[in-house]
Amino acid sequence: MLKEIAQGMAFTLRQMFRKPITLNYPEEQKPTFPRHRGRHMLHRYDNGLERCIGCELCAGACPVGCIYVLPAENDPEHPVSPGERYAARYEINLMRCIYCGYCAEACPTEAITLGPRYDLADYRREHTVVTKDELLESWPSFTTGGAKPSVLGAGADQRGHEKLESGVDPVKAWDAFEESHIHPDEATPGHGGLEVTPPTVKRTGSGEGESR
Amino acid sequence: MVGAIGFWGWVGIVVLKAVIILIFVATAAAYMSYAERKVSARIQLRHGPNRVGPLGLLQPLADVVKLFFKENTAPKGRERFLFLLAPSIAGAVAIFAFAAIPVNGPTTIGSFTLHWDLIHVNVGLLFILAMTSLGVYSIFLGGYAANSKYSLLGGLRSAAQLISYEMAVAFAIMGVIILSGSLDMEQIVTKQTGLWFIFLQPLAFFLYFIAGLAEGNRLPFDLPEAESELGAGYHTEYSSMKFAFYFLAEYINMVIICSIATTLFLGGWLPPFAFLSFIPGVIWYLVKISLLLFTMIWIRFTLPRFRYDRLMNFGWKVLLPLGLMNIVVTGVVIALRAA
Repeated sequence: MLKEIAQGMAFTLRQMFRKPITLNYPEEQKPTFPRHRGRHMLHRYDNGLERCIGCELCAGACPVGCIYVLPAENDPEHPVSPGERYAARYEINLMRCIYCGYCAEACPTEAITLGPRYDLADYRREHTVVTKDELLESWPSFTTGGAKPSVLGAGADQRGHEKLESGVDPVKAWDAFEESHIHPDEATPGHGGLEVTPPTVKRTGSGEGESR
Repeated sequence: MVGAIGFWGWVGIVVLKAVIILIFVATAAAYMSYAERKVSARIQLRHGPNRVGPLGLLQPLADVVKLFFKENTAPKGRERFLFLLAPSIAGAVAIFAFAAIPVNGPTTIGSFTLHWDLIHVNVGLLFILAMTSLGVYSIFLGGYAANSKYSLLGGLRSAAQLISYEMAVAFAIMGVIILSGSLDMEQIVTKQTGLWFIFLQPLAFFLYFIAGLAEGNRLPFDLPEAESELGAGYHTEYSSMKFAFYFLAEYINMVIICSIATTLFLGGWLPPFAFLSFIPGVIWYLVKISLLLFTMIWIRFTLPRFRYDRLMNFGWKVLLPLGLMNIVVTGVVIALRAA
Protein backbone atom coordinates (compact mmCIF):
# COMPACT_ATOMS: atom_id res chain seq x y z
CA MET A 1 0.00 0.00 0.00
CA LEU A 2 2.82 2.39 0.86
CA LYS A 3 4.36 1.87 -2.56
CA GLU A 4 1.12 2.85 -4.28
CA ILE A 5 0.75 5.94 -2.12
CA ALA A 6 4.32 6.97 -2.93
CA GLN A 7 3.62 6.43 -6.63
CA GLY A 8 0.52 8.57 -6.44
CA MET A 9 2.29 11.33 -4.56
CA ALA A 10 5.15 11.32 -7.06
CA PHE A 11 2.67 11.55 -9.90
CA THR A 12 0.82 14.56 -8.52
CA LEU A 13 4.13 16.26 -7.76
CA ARG A 14 5.23 15.73 -11.34
CA GLN A 15 1.94 17.15 -12.59
CA MET A 16 2.69 20.38 -10.72
CA PHE A 17 5.63 21.15 -12.98
CA ARG A 18 3.73 20.70 -16.20
CA LYS A 19 2.19 23.52 -18.14
CA PRO A 20 -1.51 23.95 -17.42
CA ILE A 21 -3.63 22.78 -20.31
CA THR A 22 -6.42 25.25 -19.64
CA LEU A 23 -6.44 28.73 -21.18
CA ASN A 24 -7.12 32.12 -19.58
CA TYR A 25 -10.29 32.26 -21.59
CA PRO A 26 -11.30 35.76 -22.56
CA GLU A 27 -7.69 36.84 -23.16
CA GLU A 28 -6.44 33.60 -24.58
CA GLN A 29 -8.63 31.71 -26.95
CA LYS A 30 -8.12 28.41 -28.55
CA PRO A 31 -7.79 28.92 -32.30
CA THR A 32 -10.74 27.35 -33.98
CA PHE A 33 -10.31 24.44 -36.31
CA PRO A 34 -9.81 25.70 -39.87
CA ARG A 35 -13.17 24.40 -41.02
CA HIS A 36 -14.98 25.63 -37.89
CA ARG A 37 -18.42 27.07 -38.61
CA GLY A 38 -18.79 30.02 -36.28
CA ARG A 39 -20.38 33.42 -36.78
CA HIS A 40 -20.85 34.54 -40.37
CA MET A 41 -18.66 37.01 -42.21
CA LEU A 42 -19.44 39.07 -45.32
CA HIS A 43 -16.41 39.43 -47.59
CA ARG A 44 -15.22 41.99 -50.16
CA TYR A 45 -13.36 41.86 -53.48
CA ASP A 46 -9.73 42.97 -53.76
CA ASN A 47 -10.82 46.43 -54.86
CA GLY A 48 -13.02 46.83 -51.82
CA LEU A 49 -16.38 46.23 -53.47
CA GLU A 50 -18.78 44.07 -51.53
CA ARG A 51 -19.19 40.57 -52.85
CA CYS A 52 -22.84 40.40 -51.86
CA ILE A 53 -25.16 41.21 -54.75
CA GLY A 54 -28.37 41.04 -52.76
CA CYS A 55 -29.70 37.96 -54.56
CA GLU A 56 -31.30 36.54 -51.39
CA LEU A 57 -30.28 32.98 -52.28
CA CYS A 58 -28.80 32.60 -48.79
CA ALA A 59 -32.09 33.60 -47.22
CA GLY A 60 -33.82 31.06 -49.45
CA ALA A 61 -31.38 28.28 -48.60
CA CYS A 62 -31.54 28.92 -44.89
CA PRO A 63 -33.48 26.06 -43.26
CA VAL A 64 -34.51 28.15 -40.26
CA GLY A 65 -35.10 31.42 -42.07
CA CYS A 66 -32.76 33.46 -39.91
CA ILE A 67 -31.32 35.61 -42.73
CA TYR A 68 -32.97 38.81 -43.82
CA VAL A 69 -31.69 40.62 -46.94
CA LEU A 70 -33.05 43.91 -48.24
CA PRO A 71 -31.68 44.40 -51.77
CA ALA A 72 -31.27 47.82 -53.36
CA GLU A 73 -30.24 49.04 -56.85
CA ASN A 74 -26.59 50.01 -57.26
CA ASP A 75 -25.81 53.62 -58.11
CA PRO A 76 -23.73 53.27 -61.33
CA GLU A 77 -21.50 56.20 -60.27
CA HIS A 78 -20.67 54.78 -56.85
CA PRO A 79 -21.43 51.05 -56.90
CA VAL A 80 -21.38 49.16 -53.63
CA SER A 81 -21.10 45.78 -55.32
CA PRO A 82 -20.13 44.82 -58.89
CA GLY A 83 -23.62 43.53 -59.72
CA GLU A 84 -26.90 45.33 -60.40
CA ARG A 85 -28.00 45.18 -56.84
CA TYR A 86 -26.43 45.11 -53.38
CA ALA A 87 -27.64 44.30 -49.89
CA ALA A 88 -28.86 47.50 -48.26
CA ARG A 89 -29.63 45.54 -45.11
CA TYR A 90 -28.25 42.17 -44.19
CA GLU A 91 -29.30 40.73 -40.84
CA ILE A 92 -28.82 37.33 -39.25
CA ASN A 93 -30.67 36.20 -36.16
CA LEU A 94 -27.99 34.26 -34.32
CA MET A 95 -30.51 32.87 -31.85
CA ARG A 96 -32.12 30.98 -34.70
CA CYS A 97 -29.09 30.15 -36.81
CA ILE A 98 -28.04 26.51 -36.64
CA TYR A 99 -24.64 27.13 -38.28
CA CYS A 100 -25.28 24.61 -41.04
CA GLY A 101 -23.41 26.63 -43.65
CA TYR A 102 -26.07 26.30 -46.36
CA CYS A 103 -25.99 30.06 -46.87
CA ALA A 104 -22.30 29.85 -47.77
CA GLU A 105 -22.97 26.97 -50.15
CA ALA A 106 -25.85 28.78 -51.84
CA CYS A 107 -23.94 32.03 -52.32
CA PRO A 108 -23.01 32.51 -55.99
CA THR A 109 -20.30 35.10 -55.23
CA GLU A 110 -18.83 33.48 -52.11
CA ALA A 111 -19.75 36.61 -50.20
CA ILE A 112 -20.86 34.91 -47.01
CA THR A 113 -18.86 32.34 -45.08
CA LEU A 114 -18.92 31.03 -41.56
CA GLY A 115 -16.03 32.45 -39.57
CA PRO A 116 -14.09 31.39 -36.48
CA ARG A 117 -15.93 33.46 -33.89
CA TYR A 118 -17.88 31.51 -31.30
CA ASP A 119 -18.23 33.85 -28.30
CA LEU A 120 -21.71 34.97 -29.25
CA ALA A 121 -23.52 35.29 -25.95
CA ASP A 122 -24.92 38.68 -25.09
CA TYR A 123 -26.84 40.39 -22.34
CA ARG A 124 -29.59 41.63 -24.63
CA ARG A 125 -31.69 39.58 -26.99
CA GLU A 126 -31.68 42.38 -29.59
CA HIS A 127 -27.92 42.24 -29.81
CA THR A 128 -28.01 38.67 -31.00
CA VAL A 129 -29.41 39.87 -34.34
CA VAL A 130 -26.25 40.90 -36.14
CA THR A 131 -26.44 43.57 -38.80
CA LYS A 132 -24.42 44.17 -41.92
CA ASP A 133 -22.06 46.57 -40.08
CA GLU A 134 -21.00 43.76 -37.81
CA LEU A 135 -20.90 41.04 -40.43
CA LEU A 136 -19.05 42.92 -43.15
CA GLU A 137 -15.31 43.11 -43.02
CA SER A 138 -14.21 46.67 -42.44
CA TRP A 139 -12.43 48.53 -45.18
CA PRO A 140 -8.69 48.25 -45.24
CA SER A 141 -8.29 44.98 -43.38
CA PHE A 142 -10.43 42.54 -45.24
CA THR A 143 -10.10 39.20 -46.87
CA THR A 144 -11.44 38.24 -50.21
CA GLY A 145 -13.39 35.33 -48.91
CA GLY A 146 -14.03 32.22 -50.89
CA ALA A 147 -10.89 30.16 -50.79
CA LYS A 148 -10.22 30.31 -47.03
CA PRO A 149 -13.53 30.13 -45.27
CA SER A 150 -12.34 31.06 -41.80
CA VAL A 151 -9.07 32.92 -41.90
CA LEU A 152 -8.09 33.85 -38.37
CA GLY A 153 -7.87 37.51 -37.60
CA ALA A 154 -9.59 38.42 -40.81
CA GLY A 155 -12.37 40.70 -39.72
CA ALA A 156 -11.80 43.79 -37.62
CA ASP A 157 -14.60 42.78 -35.30
CA GLN A 158 -13.15 39.46 -34.29
CA ARG A 159 -12.89 39.90 -30.59
CA GLY A 160 -10.44 37.52 -29.06
CA HIS A 161 -8.37 36.99 -32.16
CA GLU A 162 -6.75 40.44 -32.12
CA LYS A 163 -3.46 38.97 -30.96
CA LEU A 164 -3.18 36.81 -34.04
CA GLU A 165 -1.81 38.68 -37.00
CA SER A 166 -4.18 39.05 -39.86
CA GLY A 167 -3.58 36.49 -42.54
CA VAL A 168 -2.33 33.78 -40.18
CA ASP A 169 -2.75 30.41 -41.78
CA PRO A 170 -5.48 28.77 -39.70
CA VAL A 171 -4.07 25.30 -40.21
CA LYS A 172 -0.67 26.37 -38.86
CA ALA A 173 -2.28 28.19 -35.94
CA TRP A 174 -4.19 25.06 -35.05
CA ASP A 175 -1.14 22.85 -35.30
CA ALA A 176 0.90 25.24 -33.17
CA PHE A 177 -1.77 25.23 -30.52
CA GLU A 178 -1.97 21.47 -30.43
CA GLU A 179 1.79 21.17 -30.20
CA SER A 180 2.08 23.61 -27.31
CA HIS A 181 -0.77 22.17 -25.29
CA ILE A 182 -0.66 18.49 -25.98
CA HIS A 183 2.54 16.91 -24.85
CA PRO A 184 4.19 14.87 -27.56
CA ASP A 185 6.16 12.71 -25.13
CA GLU A 186 2.98 11.08 -23.97
CA ALA A 187 1.54 8.09 -25.66
CA THR A 188 -1.92 8.98 -24.40
CA PRO A 189 -2.64 12.59 -23.57
CA GLY A 190 -3.54 13.09 -19.93
CA HIS A 191 -1.57 10.18 -18.53
CA GLY A 192 1.50 12.30 -17.90
CA GLY A 193 3.92 9.69 -19.14
CA LEU A 194 2.66 7.16 -16.65
CA GLU A 195 2.72 3.68 -18.02
CA VAL A 196 -0.76 2.41 -18.60
CA THR A 197 -1.29 -1.29 -18.65
CA PRO A 198 -4.41 -2.19 -20.56
CA PRO A 199 -6.68 -4.44 -18.53
CA THR A 200 -6.33 -8.09 -19.43
CA VAL A 201 -9.60 -9.87 -19.98
CA LYS A 202 -9.75 -13.46 -18.89
CA ARG A 203 -11.51 -15.56 -21.44
CA THR A 204 -13.28 -18.66 -20.28
CA GLY A 205 -14.02 -20.19 -23.68
CA SER A 206 -11.44 -20.95 -26.36
CA GLY A 207 -11.62 -17.76 -28.35
CA GLU A 208 -15.25 -18.17 -29.16
CA GLY A 209 -16.04 -14.63 -28.16
CA GLU A 210 -13.65 -13.22 -30.74
CA SER A 211 -15.06 -15.04 -33.75
CA ARG A 212 -18.47 -13.56 -33.22
CA MET B 1 8.00 37.38 34.30
CA VAL B 2 6.25 40.51 35.53
CA GLY B 3 9.12 41.84 37.60
CA ALA B 4 11.46 43.47 35.13
CA ILE B 5 9.01 45.58 33.16
CA GLY B 6 6.21 46.18 35.61
CA PHE B 7 2.61 45.10 35.33
CA TRP B 8 1.52 47.49 32.57
CA GLY B 9 4.58 46.77 30.51
CA TRP B 10 3.75 43.10 30.72
CA VAL B 11 0.11 43.73 29.74
CA GLY B 12 1.26 45.90 26.83
CA ILE B 13 3.55 43.18 25.51
CA VAL B 14 0.87 40.52 25.82
CA VAL B 15 -1.67 42.66 24.00
CA LEU B 16 0.85 43.46 21.27
CA LYS B 17 1.68 39.78 20.84
CA ALA B 18 -2.02 38.91 20.79
CA VAL B 19 -2.68 41.41 18.02
CA ILE B 20 0.28 40.17 16.00
CA ILE B 21 -0.79 36.55 16.41
CA LEU B 22 -4.37 37.35 15.47
CA ILE B 23 -3.27 39.14 12.31
CA PHE B 24 -0.82 36.38 11.45
CA VAL B 25 -3.37 33.63 12.01
CA ALA B 26 -6.09 35.35 9.99
CA THR B 27 -3.71 36.12 7.13
CA ALA B 28 -2.24 32.65 7.19
CA ALA B 29 -5.69 31.08 7.07
CA ALA B 30 -6.79 33.33 4.22
CA TYR B 31 -3.69 32.63 2.20
CA MET B 32 -3.92 28.92 2.94
CA SER B 33 -7.15 28.96 0.99
CA TYR B 34 -5.32 30.70 -1.82
CA ALA B 35 -2.42 28.25 -1.66
CA GLU B 36 -4.78 25.33 -1.62
CA ARG B 37 -6.59 26.52 -4.72
CA LYS B 38 -3.37 27.36 -6.50
CA VAL B 39 -1.61 24.08 -5.70
CA SER B 40 -4.68 22.02 -6.53
CA ALA B 41 -4.95 23.90 -9.80
CA ARG B 42 -1.37 23.13 -10.76
CA ILE B 43 -1.76 19.48 -9.79
CA GLN B 44 -4.83 19.30 -12.02
CA LEU B 45 -3.13 21.21 -14.85
CA ARG B 46 -5.25 24.32 -14.35
CA HIS B 47 -4.26 27.93 -13.73
CA GLY B 48 -6.08 28.57 -10.45
CA PRO B 49 -7.23 31.98 -9.24
CA ASN B 50 -5.47 34.71 -11.21
CA ARG B 51 -8.08 37.43 -11.67
CA VAL B 52 -8.02 39.49 -8.47
CA GLY B 53 -4.73 41.35 -8.14
CA PRO B 54 -1.36 40.19 -9.45
CA LEU B 55 -1.32 36.37 -9.67
CA GLY B 56 -4.71 36.41 -7.96
CA LEU B 57 -3.07 37.33 -4.66
CA LEU B 58 -6.00 39.46 -3.55
CA GLN B 59 -8.41 36.57 -4.03
CA PRO B 60 -8.72 35.81 -0.26
CA LEU B 61 -9.69 39.44 0.31
CA ALA B 62 -12.37 39.21 -2.32
CA ASP B 63 -13.60 35.97 -0.75
CA VAL B 64 -13.87 37.61 2.66
CA VAL B 65 -15.83 40.52 1.23
CA LYS B 66 -18.10 38.08 -0.56
CA LEU B 67 -18.73 36.06 2.60
CA PHE B 68 -19.54 39.22 4.54
CA PHE B 69 -22.23 40.22 2.10
CA LYS B 70 -23.78 36.79 1.68
CA GLU B 71 -27.31 36.30 2.84
CA ASN B 72 -27.37 34.74 6.29
CA THR B 73 -29.82 31.87 6.01
CA ALA B 74 -30.62 29.50 8.84
CA PRO B 75 -32.87 26.44 8.97
CA LYS B 76 -36.18 26.39 10.80
CA GLY B 77 -36.29 24.40 14.03
CA ARG B 78 -32.63 24.94 14.82
CA GLU B 79 -31.29 25.26 18.35
CA ARG B 80 -30.82 28.99 18.20
CA PHE B 81 -28.20 29.40 20.87
CA LEU B 82 -26.10 26.38 19.94
CA PHE B 83 -26.39 27.21 16.26
CA LEU B 84 -24.69 30.51 16.98
CA LEU B 85 -22.30 29.14 19.59
CA ALA B 86 -20.84 26.32 17.49
CA PRO B 87 -19.03 28.38 14.84
CA SER B 88 -17.84 30.78 17.51
CA ILE B 89 -16.21 27.87 19.36
CA ALA B 90 -14.61 26.72 16.12
CA GLY B 91 -13.01 30.08 15.43
CA ALA B 92 -12.06 30.96 18.99
CA VAL B 93 -10.59 27.61 19.96
CA ALA B 94 -8.47 27.44 16.86
CA ILE B 95 -6.96 30.83 17.65
CA PHE B 96 -6.53 29.98 21.37
CA ALA B 97 -4.33 27.02 20.53
CA PHE B 98 -1.96 29.34 18.78
CA ALA B 99 -1.25 31.20 22.03
CA ALA B 100 1.21 28.59 23.25
CA ILE B 101 3.20 27.98 20.09
CA PRO B 102 6.72 29.41 20.25
CA VAL B 103 7.63 30.83 16.88
CA ASN B 104 11.11 31.81 18.04
CA GLY B 105 13.49 31.16 20.92
CA PRO B 106 13.27 33.34 24.02
CA THR B 107 15.04 36.67 23.60
CA THR B 108 16.74 38.20 26.63
CA ILE B 109 16.78 41.99 26.83
CA GLY B 110 18.56 43.00 30.03
CA SER B 111 16.88 41.21 32.88
CA PHE B 112 13.69 40.65 30.88
CA THR B 113 13.12 37.48 28.88
CA LEU B 114 10.78 37.89 25.93
CA HIS B 115 8.94 34.72 25.02
CA TRP B 116 7.64 34.58 21.49
CA ASP B 117 4.52 32.66 22.35
CA LEU B 118 1.62 34.69 23.66
CA ILE B 119 1.46 33.13 27.12
CA HIS B 120 4.42 31.06 28.11
CA VAL B 121 3.12 28.13 30.13
CA ASN B 122 5.30 25.25 31.24
CA VAL B 123 2.68 22.72 30.10
CA GLY B 124 2.21 24.40 26.70
CA LEU B 125 1.81 21.12 24.85
CA LEU B 126 -0.98 20.04 27.16
CA PHE B 127 -2.70 23.39 26.69
CA ILE B 128 -2.55 23.11 22.91
CA LEU B 129 -3.89 19.56 22.95
CA ALA B 130 -6.71 20.63 25.23
CA MET B 131 -7.63 23.50 22.93
CA THR B 132 -7.51 21.49 19.71
CA SER B 133 -9.66 18.82 21.36
CA LEU B 134 -12.29 21.44 22.16
CA GLY B 135 -12.72 21.87 18.41
CA VAL B 136 -14.82 18.72 18.32
CA TYR B 137 -17.53 20.54 20.26
CA SER B 138 -17.94 23.11 17.55
CA ILE B 139 -18.36 20.45 14.90
CA PHE B 140 -20.63 18.22 16.92
CA LEU B 141 -22.80 21.03 18.27
CA GLY B 142 -22.97 22.65 14.85
CA GLY B 143 -24.15 19.38 13.33
CA TYR B 144 -26.65 18.82 16.12
CA ALA B 145 -28.07 22.36 16.27
CA ALA B 146 -28.78 22.71 12.57
CA ASN B 147 -31.75 20.31 12.55
CA SER B 148 -30.61 18.64 9.35
CA LYS B 149 -29.81 15.01 8.69
CA TYR B 150 -26.60 15.73 6.78
CA SER B 151 -25.35 18.00 9.51
CA LEU B 152 -26.18 15.51 12.22
CA LEU B 153 -24.48 12.63 10.42
CA GLY B 154 -21.43 14.80 9.77
CA GLY B 155 -21.35 15.84 13.39
CA LEU B 156 -21.65 12.26 14.65
CA ARG B 157 -18.94 11.04 12.36
CA SER B 158 -16.60 13.79 13.36
CA ALA B 159 -17.21 13.21 17.06
CA ALA B 160 -16.28 9.55 16.63
CA GLN B 161 -13.36 10.32 14.35
CA LEU B 162 -11.84 13.08 16.40
CA ILE B 163 -12.08 11.15 19.66
CA SER B 164 -10.38 8.08 18.20
CA TYR B 165 -7.63 10.06 16.50
CA GLU B 166 -7.06 12.18 19.57
CA MET B 167 -5.65 9.02 21.17
CA ALA B 168 -3.31 8.44 18.26
CA VAL B 169 -2.10 12.04 18.47
CA ALA B 170 -1.49 11.72 22.21
CA PHE B 171 0.43 8.46 21.82
CA ALA B 172 2.51 9.81 18.99
CA ILE B 173 3.46 12.85 21.04
CA MET B 174 4.30 10.78 24.10
CA GLY B 175 7.60 9.63 22.57
CA VAL B 176 8.74 13.22 22.22
CA ILE B 177 7.70 14.01 25.78
CA ILE B 178 9.73 11.04 27.05
CA LEU B 179 12.76 12.19 25.08
CA SER B 180 12.59 15.82 26.11
CA GLY B 181 11.29 15.24 29.61
CA SER B 182 9.13 18.33 29.38
CA LEU B 183 5.77 19.67 28.22
CA ASP B 184 7.23 23.13 27.75
CA MET B 185 7.21 23.87 24.03
CA GLU B 186 10.35 26.02 24.23
CA GLN B 187 12.28 23.36 26.12
CA ILE B 188 11.19 20.68 23.68
CA VAL B 189 12.67 22.73 20.85
CA THR B 190 15.84 23.55 22.76
CA LYS B 191 16.39 19.83 23.42
CA GLN B 192 16.45 19.27 19.66
CA THR B 193 19.56 21.39 19.10
CA GLY B 194 21.86 19.31 16.92
CA LEU B 195 19.47 16.45 16.34
CA TRP B 196 15.81 16.92 15.54
CA PHE B 197 13.38 14.50 17.07
CA ILE B 198 12.19 13.40 13.63
CA PHE B 199 15.42 11.40 13.36
CA LEU B 200 14.92 9.81 16.77
CA GLN B 201 11.16 9.36 16.41
CA PRO B 202 10.42 8.95 12.69
CA LEU B 203 7.51 6.63 13.39
CA ALA B 204 6.00 9.06 15.87
CA PHE B 205 6.27 11.85 13.30
CA PHE B 206 4.37 9.83 10.72
CA LEU B 207 1.76 8.78 13.24
CA TYR B 208 1.32 12.36 14.38
CA PHE B 209 1.06 13.72 10.86
CA ILE B 210 -1.49 11.12 9.77
CA ALA B 211 -3.53 11.56 12.93
CA GLY B 212 -3.17 15.31 12.48
CA LEU B 213 -4.76 15.08 9.05
CA ALA B 214 -7.69 13.30 10.66
CA GLU B 215 -7.84 15.83 13.48
CA GLY B 216 -7.98 18.68 11.00
CA ASN B 217 -10.66 16.94 8.91
CA ARG B 218 -8.37 16.89 5.93
CA LEU B 219 -8.51 14.49 3.06
CA PRO B 220 -8.14 11.50 3.05
CA PHE B 221 -9.88 11.70 6.43
CA ASP B 222 -12.47 14.41 5.74
CA LEU B 223 -15.43 12.19 6.56
CA PRO B 224 -17.31 14.77 8.65
CA GLU B 225 -17.79 16.81 5.52
CA ALA B 226 -17.60 14.15 2.83
CA GLU B 227 -19.31 16.23 0.19
CA SER B 228 -20.37 13.39 -2.04
CA GLU B 229 -22.28 11.73 0.80
CA LEU B 230 -23.23 14.43 3.25
CA GLY B 231 -23.61 17.66 1.35
CA ALA B 232 -21.16 19.74 3.34
CA GLY B 233 -21.36 17.67 6.52
CA TYR B 234 -21.65 19.53 9.78
CA HIS B 235 -21.65 22.96 8.15
CA THR B 236 -24.27 22.19 5.50
CA GLU B 237 -26.75 24.64 7.01
CA TYR B 238 -24.28 27.40 7.76
CA SER B 239 -23.91 30.41 5.52
CA SER B 240 -22.26 33.81 5.41
CA MET B 241 -19.90 34.63 8.29
CA LYS B 242 -20.95 31.62 10.34
CA PHE B 243 -19.66 29.44 7.55
CA ALA B 244 -16.61 31.66 7.28
CA PHE B 245 -15.78 30.88 10.89
CA TYR B 246 -15.78 27.14 10.21
CA PHE B 247 -13.76 27.73 7.10
CA LEU B 248 -11.27 29.88 8.99
CA ALA B 249 -11.08 27.33 11.80
CA GLU B 250 -10.26 24.53 9.38
CA TYR B 251 -7.33 26.42 7.92
CA ILE B 252 -6.11 27.68 11.29
CA ASN B 253 -6.24 24.10 12.53
CA MET B 254 -4.05 23.08 9.62
CA VAL B 255 -1.54 25.76 10.57
CA ILE B 256 -1.64 24.64 14.20
CA ILE B 257 -1.17 20.96 13.37
CA CYS B 258 1.82 21.85 11.22
CA SER B 259 3.14 24.17 13.92
CA ILE B 260 2.97 21.42 16.53
CA ALA B 261 4.65 18.98 14.15
CA THR B 262 7.37 21.55 13.48
CA THR B 263 7.90 22.26 17.16
CA LEU B 264 7.91 18.65 18.28
CA PHE B 265 9.75 16.95 15.45
CA LEU B 266 11.41 19.46 13.13
CA GLY B 267 13.23 21.59 15.68
CA GLY B 268 10.86 24.55 15.70
CA TRP B 269 12.81 27.74 15.09
CA LEU B 270 16.19 25.98 14.95
CA PRO B 271 18.12 26.09 11.68
CA PRO B 272 18.92 22.71 10.09
CA PHE B 273 22.67 23.37 10.35
CA ALA B 274 24.45 25.46 12.95
CA PHE B 275 26.13 27.75 10.41
CA LEU B 276 22.71 28.90 9.14
CA SER B 277 21.80 30.37 12.53
CA PHE B 278 22.22 33.95 11.27
CA ILE B 279 18.77 33.62 9.68
CA PRO B 280 16.13 34.53 12.28
CA GLY B 281 14.27 31.67 13.92
CA VAL B 282 10.88 32.96 12.79
CA ILE B 283 11.94 32.44 9.18
CA TRP B 284 12.94 28.83 9.84
CA TYR B 285 9.70 28.25 11.63
CA LEU B 286 7.71 29.68 8.70
CA VAL B 287 9.68 27.68 6.15
CA LYS B 288 9.08 24.46 8.05
CA ILE B 289 5.36 24.96 8.52
CA SER B 290 5.02 26.00 4.88
CA LEU B 291 6.59 22.73 3.78
CA LEU B 292 4.26 20.72 6.00
CA LEU B 293 1.23 22.72 4.86
CA PHE B 294 2.18 22.09 1.26
CA THR B 295 2.42 18.38 2.03
CA MET B 296 -1.09 18.49 3.48
CA ILE B 297 -2.49 20.10 0.34
CA TRP B 298 -0.47 17.74 -1.81
CA ILE B 299 -1.91 14.73 0.04
CA ARG B 300 -5.40 16.14 -0.29
CA PHE B 301 -5.20 16.21 -4.05
CA THR B 302 -3.59 12.80 -4.35
CA LEU B 303 -5.40 10.39 -2.08
CA PRO B 304 -9.08 9.47 -2.16
CA ARG B 305 -11.27 9.54 0.93
CA PHE B 306 -11.30 6.61 3.38
CA ARG B 307 -14.43 4.63 3.97
CA TYR B 308 -15.82 5.21 7.45
CA ASP B 309 -15.25 1.72 8.85
CA ARG B 310 -11.75 1.62 7.42
CA LEU B 311 -11.01 4.96 9.00
CA MET B 312 -12.01 3.59 12.38
CA ASN B 313 -10.09 0.37 11.83
CA PHE B 314 -7.02 2.30 10.78
CA GLY B 315 -7.19 4.53 13.83
CA TRP B 316 -7.74 1.85 16.44
CA LYS B 317 -5.96 -1.12 14.91
CA VAL B 318 -2.97 0.45 13.19
CA LEU B 319 -2.16 3.90 14.54
CA LEU B 320 -2.87 3.15 18.20
CA PRO B 321 -0.82 -0.08 18.48
CA LEU B 322 2.04 1.54 16.58
CA GLY B 323 1.90 4.50 18.93
CA LEU B 324 1.96 2.22 21.97
CA MET B 325 4.86 0.26 20.52
CA ASN B 326 6.71 3.51 19.95
CA ILE B 327 6.22 4.54 23.57
CA VAL B 328 7.42 1.17 24.87
CA VAL B 329 10.52 1.10 22.65
CA THR B 330 11.39 4.71 23.47
CA GLY B 331 10.90 4.10 27.17
CA VAL B 332 13.00 0.92 27.16
CA VAL B 333 15.84 2.57 25.27
CA ILE B 334 15.83 5.58 27.60
CA ALA B 335 15.79 3.32 30.66
CA LEU B 336 18.61 1.12 29.32
CA ARG B 337 20.78 4.14 28.52
CA ALA B 338 20.17 5.56 31.97
CA ALA B 339 21.09 2.27 33.61
